[in-house]
Amino acid sequence: MAAEALGWWGVPLGIIAGTLRGSAPFLFVSLGECITEKSGKINLGLEGTLLMGAMSAYAVSYLAQGWLGPVWSPWLGVLAAGLSGTLLGLIHGWLAQQPRVNDVAVGIAMIIFGSGLAFFLGKPFIQPQAPPLPTFEWGSWSQLPQMRAALRVSPLFLLGVAIAPLLQWFFRATRWGLQIRAVGDSPQAARAMGISVFKVRLASIVAGSFLAGIGGACLSLYYPGVWTERISSGQGLMAVALVIFARWNPIQCLWASLLFGGAQAIGPAFQSVGIDSYYYLFNAAPYILTLLIMILTCSPQRTLAGSPGALGQDD
Amino acid sequence: MAIAQSPSASGLPYRWRRSIEAVLLPILALLVALIIFGGFCALAGANPLAVYGSIYKAAFGRWSAWQNTLIRAAPLMLTALCTALPARLGLVIIGNEGALVIGGLAAVVTALGVGTALPPLLVQLAMAVAALVAGGLWIMLAGALRHYRGVNETISSLLLNYIAIALMNHLVEGPLRDPNFVTKPSSYEIAELNWLGEIPGSRIHWGLLYGLVACVIAYGLIQRTSFGFAARAAGSNVRAARMAGLPVGQLTLAVCFLGGSAAGLAGMVEVAAVQKRLNESLVSNYGYAGILVAFVSRHNPLATVLVAILLGGILASGGILQRSHGLPDATVLVFQGIVFLCILASDSFYGRLPGFREG
Amino acid sequence: MRDRTPRLSPTFSRRQIMRGLMATTAFGLTARFGTACTSDSSSSAGGDGGGGDEETVVGFIYVGPKDDFGYNQAHAEGAQAMASVPGIRIVEEASVPETTAVSETMRSMIEVDGAKVLFPTSFGYFDPYILELAPEFPEVQFFHAGGLYQDGMPDNVGSYFGYIDEAQYVAGVVAGHMTQSGKLGFVAAKPIPQVLRNINSYTLGAKSVKPEITTQVIFTGDWALPVKEAEATNSMVDQGIDVITCHVDSPKVVMETAEKRGVFCTGYHANQAPLAPNGYLTGAEWDWSSIYTRLGEDFVAGKTLMAGDIDNLLRGGLAENFCKLSAYASIVPDAAQADAETARDQLISKELVIFEGELKDNKGNTIIPAGEEYEQQNLELEKMDWLIEGVKGSVGS
Repeated sequence: MAAEALGWWGVPLGIIAGTLRGSAPFLFVSLGECITEKSGKINLGLEGTLLMGAMSAYAVSYLAQGWLGPVWSPWLGVLAAGLSGTLLGLIHGWLAQQPRVNDVAVGIAMIIFGSGLAFFLGKPFIQPQAPPLPTFEWGSWSQLPQMRAALRVSPLFLLGVAIAPLLQWFFRATRWGLQIRAVGDSPQAARAMGISVFKVRLASIVAGSFLAGIGGACLSLYYPGVWTERISSGQGLMAVALVIFARWNPIQCLWASLLFGGAQAIGPAFQSVGIDSYYYLFNAAPYILTLLIMILTCSPQRTLAGSPGALGQDD
Repeated sequence: MAIAQSPSASGLPYRWRRSIEAVLLPILALLVALIIFGGFCALAGANPLAVYGSIYKAAFGRWSAWQNTLIRAAPLMLTALCTALPARLGLVIIGNEGALVIGGLAAVVTALGVGTALPPLLVQLAMAVAALVAGGLWIMLAGALRHYRGVNETISSLLLNYIAIALMNHLVEGPLRDPNFVTKPSSYEIAELNWLGEIPGSRIHWGLLYGLVACVIAYGLIQRTSFGFAARAAGSNVRAARMAGLPVGQLTLAVCFLGGSAAGLAGMVEVAAVQKRLNESLVSNYGYAGILVAFVSRHNPLATVLVAILLGGILASGGILQRSHGLPDATVLVFQGIVFLCILASDSFYGRLPGFREG
Repeated sequence: MRDRTPRLSPTFSRRQIMRGLMATTAFGLTARFGTACTSDSSSSAGGDGGGGDEETVVGFIYVGPKDDFGYNQAHAEGAQAMASVPGIRIVEEASVPETTAVSETMRSMIEVDGAKVLFPTSFGYFDPYILELAPEFPEVQFFHAGGLYQDGMPDNVGSYFGYIDEAQYVAGVVAGHMTQSGKLGFVAAKPIPQVLRNINSYTLGAKSVKPEITTQVIFTGDWALPVKEAEATNSMVDQGIDVITCHVDSPKVVMETAEKRGVFCTGYHANQAPLAPNGYLTGAEWDWSSIYTRLGEDFVAGKTLMAGDIDNLLRGGLAENFCKLSAYASIVPDAAQADAETARDQLISKELVIFEGELKDNKGNTIIPAGEEYEQQNLELEKMDWLIEGVKGSVGS
């Protein structure tokens, strides 16, 4: 039981461990938002989707453990999270493409609607304990319990890591990926090519919401592994900024998610070795960093490399 | 967005038809929302008709309910302007919450600095000016980043929210903290003389008047001045406006400043009339709700007043849903979500209703 | 920043006097208005409910959801206990923020539901919301959880406050026995006096077993931040801390994370033993049911704060059943249980005073000189802004 204290080494280890644990939701939501934004629409409502996903995953994992057993029921929960994301994505995808309707406004309404629905339906599941997702024990070689705990990796996280390069390839090399990019860069041109802008955007938004829903499952079934109404604390909204930070590049979304996930561990890790001032400011570090990087890398003369041309414009 | 006008079934002049449509559509949307929400309540085991009755009574049923609604609406009018004004220039600002917090911070620091050395009216004026300037500069930063560095203003203003809140939390636990106030880390109290009191004969604080006046001024500015005209012109087509010699940069900074100052003023009202000190309670989603109010009112400052009152009414009825119908606390969120989604959806029906169809 | 409170107390009392004066003038002004309002509403409430005149309506207001496995749930369970007292009907509203929303909810409960007694439970509802509304409704009783009542405040305001730090002290004794590394961990939300008092008591309890024990504090910055709470717990375990407790709204995440990391934990607010079957040692729990039932019976019997039948300041600890301990886990050795029971008995009999001199803070300043002691009722404790020697952490951000 008694573990050796790590002292200052605990800070980097804590941040690495926090990164492995905490970045999965960021990863899924940002990959989802990446698909959405590539098609030229913004979905701020992923905060609501994340909550809905977290709630449905937890609820289904809990309810299904009776007949599926605690090994498989969490996976059904993950699927349920994806499906609930899909449903919210359909609403957003349809509504945000209507004439005179702004996608940012729909997103904020969807945050309210999605979180309201998640809280409403989630009331009975706050108390019970649902079976969590299994983890890979990659640290069993180590003598250090801290190392063993840090290297307890979720398969969902690995799935997310695998999706990132796949998505990169998808955008670069497949016809569908090309269509999404075409729609995002210039809807008029895409229409001229015979692509249905509406369908492509709807599909992108729904796919993005599906991933965000799974991001919610990471929160409730892996880390921190509970369902409460404050579980997301703004991570879904943050993912929108994260995608821009990552320049709409799935691989960079992965790095950015790791950075943001790790940043959550900075405040507690520093306090645990006695640096206990400025913790609010430490906690705000990812936001400040994103803003700084945006300021340094943007330029008024040209749009950002990778930026979908039609993003945030009504058409 | 230009829609060709052509004669249709209705013989009314075009302008009239558009006006009737502008009133009719949101009302229809509201009805649809009520029907959907009623179904939701029925599924949750509550009688929809009784729920409607309770909502009406709790929000608009009598003078006391009206006051409840108006108190909740007051800050929303101000925070909505933070999105509505820059929207005239085609900017989507969502930094309302941050500007509100910064405005509150500036107001409290001013009030604590001046103390009771000046007459209350002057102190309140100083607080308001400080909040206007601080909130204005905060959002102007997003505008400046947009104009000079090409940084997306939606994202930068979102990030500025988190930074403002962290800064406020840091200050109230550190340099500004009143150690004798034990319930939560807070700044020292604003001297009682300088509190923003209530409108006589009611329990509504003067913030409501601030909100109404701000909305009327904003309306006049947008609709009746050359500044407003230039902003609208630049908003509809930035490139053309540049070619025509309009100072797009200055306009960007100006609308952002004005929008931010409105939200900053909401922060001042909140600390001077409600909280009396600075603490985390200042962060209570008035900013995010304001974004929705702005969009639903189509960035028209006069419509903002009505939409703010509608949302105020919904919020005011939240309690009665729990107390009289046994519905959980999240019901009011679901209700809000449905109402706003329906009204947003109704926007797409302009010119598509029978009798209002464009040729 | 080391503002010792005695220096500042003159301001405090002047402010209280001001409040008192204000309250009495406001009372005069609004009495007419207030009675007009309530006579109007009581008739409508009678019409709606049709429950008869004897029924006393009691309103409960919570800052978060009622089932958060923590602070709000503890109160909501107490409210249910009060509801079972014949003649009491409760109305509840959850997720009411500490803004004008709570004033409006209190008012609506009085005017629409005909509530005669209100329990706005969140700590932050007191000042300014309760203090401003109470003079307007002099016939309604306002009860607030937290010992903030001072002389000069409206006489229809009452505070009730549990010295849960007594239970934390006992839990600290258990933790002191169980720790191998001599390091305890405390995940806290915000550095306010109630939280600091728990941290200090917990540490003092542990130090009574082994004086060299230290407690690491991590402030997450807010009352409910699940990811940060889990992160804080993990980083403590990485630092060799092997018993962890917390003061956040919902201890669920901290308990479950500690369990996953294979360290001990002690609970807070409610019994979290089912969440950590291997590591849960004991916990400091509120016992609102006993207090709320007692108060409910008083209301039915017609007792009020205004008539002086109920004290404006109801306080108590283990002895008065304001708080209790979770059952000791079987892994807690007999010797530790015996020590904990001794501490508990001595706290109940008031033999043991938690804060006694000589007591130093963790910056080396003497807080309580040798030979002096702060009994639980001492107001200094409710303005605590220090962490004792042995606690690693600081109270300013």
